[in-house]
Amino acid sequence: MSVNLTLLIVMGALYACGIYLILERSLTRVLLGLMLLANATNLLILATGGYAGLAPLYSKDPAAGDYNDPLPQALILTSIVISFAVTAFMLGIIYRTWVLARRDEIQADIEDLRVAETPSFDAEDDAVIPAETSEFPVTVMAGGREMPAEAAVEEEKPGSANVAPRPDGGGR
Amino acid sequence: MNLASLAPLAVVLPILGAALTFLLIRHSRAQRAVSIGLLSLTLLLECLLLASVCDGGTVAVTIGGWLPPWGIVLVVDQFSSLMLVVSSAVSLAVLVYATGQGMADGDQDAPVSIFHPTYLILVAGVSNAFLSGDLFNLYVGFEILLTASYVLMTLGGTGPRIRAGVTYVVVSVVSSVLFLISIAMVYGATGTVNMADLAIKLGELDQGTRTLLHVMLLVAFGIKAAVFPLSFWLPDSYPTAPAPVTAVFAGLLTKVGVYAMVRTETLLFPGDSLNTPLMVAALLTMVVGILGALAQSDIKRLLSFTLVSHIGYMVFGLAMSSVAGLGAAVFYVAHHITIQTSLFLVTGLIERRGGSSSVDRLGGLAKLSPLLALLFFVPAMNLAGIPPFSGFLGKVGLMQAGIALGTPLAYALVIGGVVTSLLTLLAIARVWNRAFWRRPSDAEHPDPVLLATPAAPAARTMVGPGAKRNSAKRNAANQDVVTLLPRTMVGSTAGLVVLGIALTVFAGPLFTVSDQAAEDMLDRSAYVHAVLGDDTVVPPALTSGGGR
Repeated sequence: MSVNLTLLIVMGALYACGIYLILERSLTRVLLGLMLLANATNLLILATGGYAGLAPLYSKDPAAGDYNDPLPQALILTSIVISFAVTAFMLGIIYRTWVLARRDEIQADIEDLRVAETPSFDAEDDAVIPAETSEFPVTVMAGGREMPAEAAVEEEKPGSANVAPRPDGGGR
Repeated sequence: MNLASLAPLAVVLPILGAALTFLLIRHSRAQRAVSIGLLSLTLLLECLLLASVCDGGTVAVTIGGWLPPWGIVLVVDQFSSLMLVVSSAVSLAVLVYATGQGMADGDQDAPVSIFHPTYLILVAGVSNAFLSGDLFNLYVGFEILLTASYVLMTLGGTGPRIRAGVTYVVVSVVSSVLFLISIAMVYGATGTVNMADLAIKLGELDQGTRTLLHVMLLVAFGIKAAVFPLSFWLPDSYPTAPAPVTAVFAGLLTKVGVYAMVRTETLLFPGDSLNTPLMVAALLTMVVGILGALAQSDIKRLLSFTLVSHIGYMVFGLAMSSVAGLGAAVFYVAHHITIQTSLFLVTGLIERRGGSSSVDRLGGLAKLSPLLALLFFVPAMNLAGIPPFSGFLGKVGLMQAGIALGTPLAYALVIGGVVTSLLTLLAIARVWNRAFWRRPSDAEHPDPVLLATPAAPAARTMVGPGAKRNSAKRNAANQDVVTLLPRTMVGSTAGLVVLGIALTVFAGPLFTVSDQAAEDMLDRSAYVHAVLGDDTVVPPALTSGGGR
């Protein structure tokens, strides 16, 4: 079976541009990329239906090898309809993003960033801090002030406010 | 007339319901009645289908009078009818839950009235994908359910949902394009898209082409099923959707991907050519997924990661390509659809009652609402695989099959499976300890709702910081009082939890069905004979040891 070289080259170019575009951060470009990919795939399906110039399946007269395979064309029609619907929906989403954020960009996930920034210290699991029992409390320098080690540990915990030293030297 | 020839109704009824509910868009009560009624009818029909298939064997229904391999066929075998029954039962429960939520919050908003038609279209797409005996019709089924899911995912059009929706839509479209490319390549190589016909013709291709087509299809389905390297999109997009939508997505959509993978592996490309990479992917999916879950503080996100992780079990069972392994995987799919959906529904209730789904803000729920605690505890233990629940039974089945296989990789997977199960227990126990058992005042950032005096247990006023909720509740702030745990929502969740327990009680018969389904799928002849006629010669599966 011979294939149409021009169509194949066009298909390759469409795939290349489409993949390049969907890697962009701008939503409009991503949409253009998806449209190119869908059209490249339609060309690929067309290529499976035999070479150009064959008769359509119209009458019973031609021999089986002489007419074009109609199934790929039906598949392409279906896929065009589907990609049309998806494109329309994407345009709606892009417009909505623009209305909400005034930006045509894929936005980072806030919760993802929060999890990534969470220290390995777990306030619940690692909260057991040895109590200072000695008669002579150890003092450390923390934040430019001298304070008992226990209070300094309190202060190191994420989310804790600054622990103000009491007049007698204890924390809080 | 055989009862199984009513199979197209499983797709037609929901679509009809979608059309009707769309016409009734201004009459929310009639809309609810129509959608719940038609979905119940569909469920009833599918139970009958399952019963008839268990007695009479696989049946193929040709659509429009075109005979296979030219026309489209719908194939009802034990696996597809079992999936239909479980998925319809789950979607019915979620529909009742969603209508309960809509009624409690006052569904005068426009987006809520579009919910019913879209939801029914989603159900139709899922049924079509399960029934399809034709690769392109499978693609159409996928597209129907995906397009409906895009709308459900971005329901209301709030900022976070649109942001999550963009990721979801782009990833889904890319996977659909990959699927379409594979279909074009399969058609170019064999000249058919009928799956029974492909089962014969793909075996005649040379090994290189076969592997190429096989990998293309697996990658396309792997994105939809969220198998590890392709699973990044799921925890990103699922948690932002409304609770019932997340629940039905978690239960059904990834399982449709798993279903398609099972069909690819057993019917189209039998043999063990890609089993090793699949096993490695299964191991990574389990372990990486559950490690992700441990890092989360939001219950919905945590559950999304456990969802990814437990897909690994199903892929493991599939990759063993033995009757025991595949049967356990089929059982596990049925179990997981039910359990994961009920957990997401309970999380929706937790969010209503406690004001947040983040464990940093929750506390004391066990005292506040013992019923809620029970509804969370049972499916959570089930998910973690604690005996005697169905999660344990399914995992034991998988482990036994893995040990029977006896390769080093299978042993690694068995160990990985046990570790994942324990880590799931750890993740769930953290949620339990923090959200249910500790005092509300011990929470890092306790929600004001929890600290309020328990004087008004069934209602609360929405003022001050409490107003920082999702939009539906913000609308309700004007009415001052919302029902925290409406009876329909709790009832439908409890129904699903009971269904999960029923899977445990009736695990014996269910395992019989799933083992039979696995046997039929690995044998292939029942499927091919049902579609192409009894005198078709089915080539044996190619194994790397035997053939080629």
